[in-house]
Amino acid sequence: MKILIPVDNSSLNGDVSMSFGRTPYFLVYDLETNESKFVLNEAANSQGGAGIKAAQYIVDLGANILITPRLGENAAEIILAAGIKIKKAHALSAENNIQAFVKNELSDLIDIHAGFHGHH
Amino acid sequence: MKIAVLSGKGGTGKTFVAVNLAAVSFRSTYLDCDVEEPNGHLFFKSSISYSEEVKVKIPYAISSLCDGSRKCVEFCQYNALAYVQEKLIVFEDVCHSCGGCVLVCPNGAIREKDKVIGVIQEGQSNDVRVISGFLNPGEASGIPIIKNILQKILLEDEKVFIDCPPGSSCIVMESIKNADFCLIIAEPTIFGVHNLAMVHELVSVFKKPFAVVLNKCSDEDNPAKTYCLNQKIRIIAEIPYSEEIGNTCSNGLILVRELPKYRPMFQNILAEIEKGNYK
Amino acid sequence: MKRLLILSGKGGTGKTTIAGAFVRLLKAQGYADCDVDAPNLHLILKPQSTVKAKPYFGLSKAKIDIDKCVECNLCRQHCRFDAISIDSSGNYLVDPLSCEGCAVCCYVCPAQAIGLEKSVDGKLELYNDGMSVFSTAQLKMGSGTSGMLVSEVKKQLQPFEQDIEIAIIDGSPGIGCPVIASISGVNMVLIVAEPSLSGLNDMKRIIATAQKFFTPIGVVINRHDVNSTISKMIEKYCREQNLSLLGKIPFDRQVIHAVNAGQTIVDIDCPAGNEVSKVFEATIELFNSL
Repeated sequence: MKILIPVDNSSLNGDVSMSFGRTPYFLVYDLETNESKFVLNEAANSQGGAGIKAAQYIVDLGANILITPRLGENAAEIILAAGIKIKKAHALSAENNIQAFVKNELSDLIDIHAGFHGHH
Repeated sequence: MKIAVLSGKGGTGKTFVAVNLAAVSFRSTYLDCDVEEPNGHLFFKSSISYSEEVKVKIPYAISSLCDGSRKCVEFCQYNALAYVQEKLIVFEDVCHSCGGCVLVCPNGAIREKDKVIGVIQEGQSNDVRVISGFLNPGEASGIPIIKNILQKILLEDEKVFIDCPPGSSCIVMESIKNADFCLIIAEPTIFGVHNLAMVHELVSVFKKPFAVVLNKCSDEDNPAKTYCLNQKIRIIAEIPYSEEIGNTCSNGLILVRELPKYRPMFQNILAEIEKGNYK
Repeated sequence: MKRLLILSGKGGTGKTTIAGAFVRLLKAQGYADCDVDAPNLHLILKPQSTVKAKPYFGLSKAKIDIDKCVECNLCRQHCRFDAISIDSSGNYLVDPLSCEGCAVCCYVCPAQAIGLEKSVDGKLELYNDGMSVFSTAQLKMGSGTSGMLVSEVKKQLQPFEQDIEIAIIDGSPGIGCPVIASISGVNMVLIVAEPSLSGLNDMKRIIATAQKFFTPIGVVINRHDVNSTISKMIEKYCREQNLSLLGKIPFDRQVIHAVNAGQTIVDIDCPAGNEVSKVFEATIELFNSL
């Protein structure tokens, strides 16, 4: 099972990023093998629709769970269509969030905000 | 002659001036290009003789033809498309209707459907032909409506008054593109001056002949007047702040029709514009 | 961090004047000017600290390399934004003000003569004097992408979220993209209404827009005594729509003096300022109860 978390830097005890669409990296954590890898988020440089592009990216990466503090409605539509579960991140490190998830301490992310509108 | 009335700052009196100029002209056309918050129709109260929906094109995929190549998703500069569980998701509010996805699809699987974003209404008020555009609340851009309104200008229209949106962004630019003259309305506040400088730049870049009407003037310092004098911008009228004018307008009445004594004020503005010799 | 956004629909109703007063009364730790087309808040809330400025890149624009161009006209035929024209020498040119950076021309060009280039569409500014953070921006005239720039202005406050209890956001007139971008994610919208027929009409349209985003709405009538008939119509509309009417501010000649002196109306002693203080209390009470 793959957990994806937007992170500010490529380290397990680094901070979870406040932005999903423009996070610099994603942590890809495999629950079965306990392997973690950090991938660059190319959507960060988009002129617009960064959330959409980032969502497509994590779908393509095979994410099963997304742990994030916030999410726009366009990105959420994609992620939910792919059957990925979305959990609300605590304001702590990526590692802490994974541990919290494993202990079932994370709640579902329900306040999805209207798109930031990247055009015109 | 096509005269665009603009201001930079909102609430300076664009609609007030545009509506009254149209009303004193012998046969004119009034176009309300402030499609987000159109007000001209409230003053003219013309009965609607013609109404037309304005649409933009939104793509959709024919799933039987789609093979998941995702060329469309990769091409879209706005990231308006996503491909999940073998279905194409289109984000209508992000799409710019450029038609690129239709072109790049190797299987011709993408077609376009129409999405209504607003409406244009035309009517007559005495000898003024009134055309107004209305953007539907929730829609992002009124540019397609403005383009459509401007296409309704007829060769035989001698005087066309284009009531522009506030600001100096793309919607204002679209409204003044084909104007022969730009009339800038300024109010005597420092807020007004800051925005006046921006539209000044806009009309200069577009090399439009222009002049300023100062509105809501009193005896006190007028930063907008100071700006115009410093920049050597022609001021063709100074309309005083007056409760009588304010009340008439706030009740949605056309000043020159309610109080004919104000007709010369607007006729003079027209005469000054027609004189020509503006940089 | 919670956000209070001030909108109006119609321009010139007093958004910035009221936003400035609110920032002063709240001693706001964070505030933003999202009227990126015509920002004015800095004129009355004069930020003293040095500014961190950075360019804002909007949509990329197409550029034609006329050396490679074979003048087949395919780009012009396909451009849906009328952005490509031919100059007097027969050269194909892209008008950067009309170009929306869709890349269709790049795609159809058989000679690969067209590319997209980043374009500076404005600038972002951030002021931080240790006690408050002020985010603002200026869109270049003629530009599109104001919505994106509005989002950037709001995002500049995000790193300071922990230190800001309530952020005051001054919005723009209209109901289109920049307004929609500013509404996203705010906790409440305060609509400044003007008692005129135009004002009433425009207020209804901005309310309809804000309601689409399920944002709680409060209304304040500015210069209410200029037209008490229409002022009452606004009050009636608020009752019918179940919107909180947070106050009515009288017309006050001293407002223009304060503004022109670069002050907020609560920096001087005036009837409008006194009333705005009451509106402020009512707004914060409603805001905290949401």
